Amino acid sequence: MPRKDDTGRRQVLECMLWAGTGLLWTVRGGVPRSALLTGSAQAAEAEAAADLAFMQISDSHIGFANRPNTDTAGTLGEAVALVRQQRERAALLIHTGDVSHLSRPAQFDTAEQIIRGAGLDTYYVPGEHDVLTDGGKPFFERFMPGARPGGWYSFDQGGVHFVGLNNVMDLRAGGLGRLGTEQLAWLEQDLRGRAASQPIVVFAHIPLWAVYQDWGWGTEDAAQALSWLRRFGSVTVLNGHIHQVMQKVEGNLAFHTAMSTAFPQPAPGTAASPGPIRDLPPGRLRSLLGIARIRQVQGRQHLAVVDSPLDA
Amino acid sequence: MRLSAIMRRWIPLPGCALIACALATPAGLAGAQSPPQPAPVVTEAGAEAEEAVITIDNFTFAPSQLTVARGARVVWVNRDDTPHLIASADDLQAMRSPPLDTDDRFGFTFAKPGTYRYFCSLHPHMQGVVIVH
Repeated sequence: MPRKDDTGRRQVLECMLWAGTGLLWTVRGGVPRSALLTGSAQAAEAEAAADLAFMQISDSHIGFANRPNTDTAGTLGEAVALVRQQRERAALLIHTGDVSHLSRPAQFDTAEQIIRGAGLDTYYVPGEHDVLTDGGKPFFERFMPGARPGGWYSFDQGGVHFVGLNNVMDLRAGGLGRLGTEQLAWLEQDLRGRAASQPIVVFAHIPLWAVYQDWGWGTEDAAQALSWLRRFGSVTVLNGHIHQVMQKVEGNLAFHTAMSTAFPQPAPGTAASPGPIRDLPPGRLRSLLGIARIRQVQGRQHLAVVDSPLDA
Repeated sequence: MRLSAIMRRWIPLPGCALIACALATPAGLAGAQSPPQPAPVVTEAGAEAEEAVITIDNFTFAPSQLTVARGARVVWVNRDDTPHLIASADDLQAMRSPPLDTDDRFGFTFAKPGTYRYFCSLHPHMQGVVIVH
């Protein structure tokens, strides 16, 4: 059973996820919250109360040009335009990987140019599509200056400790995402000595929790990382990779995955493969760019998730 | 068969100079991605070798287990709209394709008998095996 103050903390954890475009994350009194990017009463409320806010986009897959989306640059542009509208109340933007589809310089160029339009400092972690050449060096040099050579880093902003991790390299046959011993050792050191009251935001491409092992949607050595995070009062883990909103709460750890700005993928086990959902009727793509309202229900362990399409 | 023996067989030996050259240069890799040659592949023994195709569709290798004769050339063809990357499961340096976009091909000549496990290093749940007699 959670302690009473923990329950109270989670009662105010209320998230509005806008699938397919971006999220506005706020941290108030150490409690991360998220709100959809279009101007709603809830978003305005979050804005009024926010001490620190930041945005998340994911899986832009620039270079992908098949069904159901032959204009991934266009949909990334739409997402970034909405981020830009919110930039006055956001301190930064994170991109949780798969910026490109094939790690090609032209794809990086396009993505970088579009995302720059957000007008926010942007912090990236790589997806497996971003590190296809030269051990990921081209991505690290361009999008992660100052990161450790393996592609991970941390920083503090607004009292929050942000940790960007790389779990997309040196994958093993039959395995899942992987952090590796060197990164884990760094993380343990990075967290050591920090006050348990400091809010932590961890972001990485592949979910750090086991979403669906048959499709590789998890990180095989995440348990060790999470063991060092459990002592903190507020830990938010933000991922991408699966192109759909999913959420889980484990004690003080709250896990969220963001939707893609490029194409949806099927829910775990509902299709023959995790590939893009191709057979969308005309106009359906943007109707998938809906919102999900996720909130804590008093007396329940797990968060309630309510999805609402933007365009029915 | 011991793992180390298998791993060694991934590495072209001096006796396989022709194959080693083809595999070691970017031009060799680029050539491997072009459509299969109608002309038979020439092995170090000068004999004609078979060519076998493994198709990637829906994140699956078909056939997932392929048996070929020594000296055969195996070509993977990606029919998915998602890129895949073929890599040896036991020694990542032994065989590694470039990222294969839709309809891209990657060929590899298996010069020595053995059991060669491989996987997609982007989607590691995708696995297959080539058995060379």
